[in-house]
Amino acid sequence: MEDLGWWGVALAVLAGAIRVSTPFLFVSLGELLTEKSGRINLGLEGTLVMGAMSAYAISYMTGSPWLGVLVAGLAGALFGVLHALICGLPRVNDIAVGIALMLLGTGLAFFLGKAFIQPQAPILPAIEFGWWSDLPQVRSALQINVLFILGVLLAPFLLWVLTNTKWGLIVRTVGDSADAARAMGYSVNLVRLAATASGGFLAGIGGSFLSLYYPGSWNEGLSSGQGLMAVALVIFARWQPIRCLGAALLFGGAGALGPALQSVGVTQGYYLFNAAPYLLTLVIMIATCSPTRTLTGAPGELSITK
Amino acid sequence: MSFLRTHPNGALGLEAVGMTKRFGGMAALDDVTCRVSAGTFHALLGENGAGKSTLVKCVMGYYHADQGQIAVGEQERAIANPKDAHALGVGMVYQHFTLVPGMTVAENLVLSRTHVPAVVDWAAERKALEAFMAGMPFRVPLTVPVSALAAGEKQKLEILKQLYLKNRFLILDEPTSVLTPGEADEVLGLLRRMTREGKLTVLTITHKFREVMAYADEVTVLRRGRFAGTGKVADLTPADMAEMMIGAKEIPKGASRLATPLGEPRIEIAGLKALNDGGLAAVEDLDLTVRAGEIVGIAGVSGNGQRELVEVLAGQRPPAAGEIKVCGERYAATRAEMKRHRLCLLPEEPLRNACVARMSVAENMSFRTFDDPPNARGGWWLNGAAMRGAARELIQLYKVKTPGPDAPIGTLSGGNVQRAVLARELASDVRVLIVANPCFGLDFAAVADIRSQIMQARNRGAAVLLVSEDLDELFELADRILVMFDGHLVHETPTTQADIGVIGQHMAGH
Repeated sequence: MEDLGWWGVALAVLAGAIRVSTPFLFVSLGELLTEKSGRINLGLEGTLVMGAMSAYAISYMTGSPWLGVLVAGLAGALFGVLHALICGLPRVNDIAVGIALMLLGTGLAFFLGKAFIQPQAPILPAIEFGWWSDLPQVRSALQINVLFILGVLLAPFLLWVLTNTKWGLIVRTVGDSADAARAMGYSVNLVRLAATASGGFLAGIGGSFLSLYYPGSWNEGLSSGQGLMAVALVIFARWQPIRCLGAALLFGGAGALGPALQSVGVTQGYYLFNAAPYLLTLVIMIATCSPTRTLTGAPGELSITK
Repeated sequence: MSFLRTHPNGALGLEAVGMTKRFGGMAALDDVTCRVSAGTFHALLGENGAGKSTLVKCVMGYYHADQGQIAVGEQERAIANPKDAHALGVGMVYQHFTLVPGMTVAENLVLSRTHVPAVVDWAAERKALEAFMAGMPFRVPLTVPVSALAAGEKQKLEILKQLYLKNRFLILDEPTSVLTPGEADEVLGLLRRMTREGKLTVLTITHKFREVMAYADEVTVLRRGRFAGTGKVADLTPADMAEMMIGAKEIPKGASRLATPLGEPRIEIAGLKALNDGGLAAVEDLDLTVRAGEIVGIAGVSGNGQRELVEVLAGQRPPAAGEIKVCGERYAATRAEMKRHRLCLLPEEPLRNACVARMSVAENMSFRTFDDPPNARGGWWLNGAAMRGAARELIQLYKVKTPGPDAPIGTLSGGNVQRAVLARELASDVRVLIVANPCFGLDFAAVADIRSQIMQARNRGAAVLLVSEDLDELFELADRILVMFDGHLVHETPTTQADIGVIGQHMAGH
């Protein structure tokens, strides 16, 4: 194996950006859809873990990782429905419900997933885009999972849905002015239910990637707050799907920095580099908030911007 | 004019007969009948709480009347929800805008249709919208997000939306409250022309007699949920209509202006700049002096920086540049400075800007004095009984309608919140008074009462800064009128020499 030196670090960060960003991408696009309808679902962290567990369990039991992905999505949608139903009740705060569901989701996943920590389930296949190169590092970096490609296509598709379809326009109306939506005769709660459920579906798929591809096993420390960071990521992306894609890659790259540096022998501050995504979240939050101006592009009905 | 059900050119007539609507034990609408002939411009008059909004909401299907029938065009109809009303060609322009602020004008228009295609072909839609706009007497840019439109443009867009939907019976709720006199004439003139041509019927809720006299054909008046009269505008005078609106009740006469000598400058603002929530300059290069014994009125269409100016003076918004002096001293809007200079402030939307909705009336009335004796010992041990006692006196003096001093102030009606805040602010001998839209949405008696309080403060030698969107109010109260446009003071005139046309032009930025 050749030593690529610092090029290796860049390559590893790129590979990491592609690999690590996938759950970020799905969760943040799901969160974006939910927030466009005017609600914040902080429970997506729980949905993510639940999706990871159910995907792994189904894949282990049926031998089909793709069925696992589907079930993870459905489990996520179920959590979305639960969130939306509870938030539909009067005087219920979506953030509090989200935190409750986050704890419920992780707890439930640990409880139900105890039996699946040891066995090895079939995992998702990857497509080799690195066949042209002799370098094993390049080859491994360009092993790209189908879910990542789906996620990349999903971002422009979501943008198209939000601007060019009736359903997208209705979701944005509900998220921007519930009064206007009611005046047009749309049921605010029903639209939010659909948006939160779809968002949960995407987050569940994001979770399945964790257990079925990278890292590729089920254990209790699988998620490291991707579900929560996705909320910050959506704000950073100013509620635009394409920017979500860029932000997910950035966060993914930041997450890969620690292991990449370790591979070239920089072991000092390993944990510090591993904390890069969290640090990035903090920096973004500080940089984008201001007491004197409101966020541009934020849906008007969000409880954080109201 | 006999009742016409449908005009050959499309305008619809509408009859609401014997409408009754109860909320709990109270009848908001009690056996009210209103007939609007096709192709007419009909005004619905009444004080706040007279039932005008309830009536039109029953017609639109937001409320279900307990009794009564509605006929649109030829036949009686059951209108269960706004969609039914739209299907019949009945549309409404609301006082609060129903546009989606984050979306563009084009998106708002397309979305308002009953049948939005599953996939919107924007190229074709834009072409169709441009063709539609070309046939309209006023235009709004299509690709701009609604949040970037001025209030007047939003109002025009609301009306355009109804015309775009081909509604032939239009209900307008106080359509001109956010427009300059010029814009109001433009919009109402267009609507009147369309009614003349028999393309449209208009029912407008309003309290501006000038507009009723100039544009309406007929008027229906409500009083306390009951029918109080109807007639052709040509046969009525504003005095007749006012009598129908308020009944035999006497309107208290306002305090008259006393000839007081102009005193020393109490508010001096130099080069003030303030930013809005988006970080853009809302107030720029503003110089202003208010002397003791005068009321300086600031006119302007809402959204031209008045709100930010008042917020700076209230300490709710930091100034970006410039200097403010009150009674000759630098002023940073701290509580201590307000107390020292006896500066009082009645901001607009007092429930939001000057009250804590869930705290009691007594507590809200004590905000200025809660840590002074007798309300507090040593500045920290509060005496609830003293506050309640003081509040009871103020409640009586200012006729605040409340279940008691312990009721949360958020449960009071808008007018009573206004009175409660005014009572708190005028309780001390005020030297500097800053008031913003004090009479918004109040009935005649309350308006007269509050205006008289402001005039009395001036007569006692206070310096008063009055920011108002109501020109009548400024003409009645102010000694000098300044016009604010786009964050700048663009015009100044003594009220005695003021010309409403000139002021209107400056309000529109000409």
